[in-house]
Amino acid sequence: MTDKKLQIRPQGDRELVMVRAFDAPRSLVFQAYTRPELLKRWLGVFGGWELAVCEIDLRVGGTYRWVWRNPDRKQDMGVRGVYREIAAPDRLVCTEQFDDPWYKGEALCTVAFVEAGGKTTMTVTMRYESTETRDGVLASPMEGGVEQSYNKLAELLSTMRW
Amino acid sequence: MSPAARLDATFAALADPTRRAILARLAAGDASVMELAKPFAMSQPAISKHIKVLERAGLIARGPEAHRRPCRIVAKPLAEATVWLEGYRRFWEQSFERLDALLEDMKLDNARTKRKGERR
Repeated sequence: MTDKKLQIRPQGDRELVMVRAFDAPRSLVFQAYTRPELLKRWLGVFGGWELAVCEIDLRVGGTYRWVWRNPDRKQDMGVRGVYREIAAPDRLVCTEQFDDPWYKGEALCTVAFVEAGGKTTMTVTMRYESTETRDGVLASPMEGGVEQSYNKLAELLSTMRW
Repeated sequence: MSPAARLDATFAALADPTRRAILARLAAGDASVMELAKPFAMSQPAISKHIKVLERAGLIARGPEAHRRPCRIVAKPLAEATVWLEGYRRFWEQSFERLDALLEDMKLDNARTKRKGERR
């Protein structure tokens, strides 16, 4: 069985690294990451949100434009960026900037796909403008007391197998 | 220490399975170095080293008594680390679960296409 636990950790001053394994060859994972009709089926599509706009010009210097929509809440959330490097199915590098910036400036997103035995390990590295921005991205509005943090401790420890 | 440096120290300290086991034990109650060493096939000096790393990261504190110096867990840095992870994690975990399902569909489609091709 593939260990599908999601690992997230800071790296250096302004990076954030996310690692996740998938039970599929990387050519499929790469497709799922770069084809609009496939992205619409998984990326941020839950809790009433749909990926209403998903335009991708998959070439170096090409742009992408994604807009999530929540019809019940009558809310939109859009993001755009430019592809900087495309090496299918190994690597994808693009910039990321939100319409309503919830973090400052632009981020650089590098996705690496490594396949072994028909399974793919995907590593996403996000580089932000500054340490403050990186930490701000991850600061959640959730309020947590000491007791709650103890409850979360076991969960946290079990998800961290590096 | 800046919040970012503190977070780095927390994660570095948590990157070792023995240290996570020590924290899990201390979450259940204070313990001496000897008590902590018991479940591990490790010498007491080796355990002491791990405890020093946890102490430097501010994840545990030690009592003042000269002999026993019991260790106790310090919740604040762990609370910061968990809160920090929560919102971001939720978005990606839910997305990736959907991606898992999509990949299963894609694998089936591929297998079907392949079988069709072979029959021809």
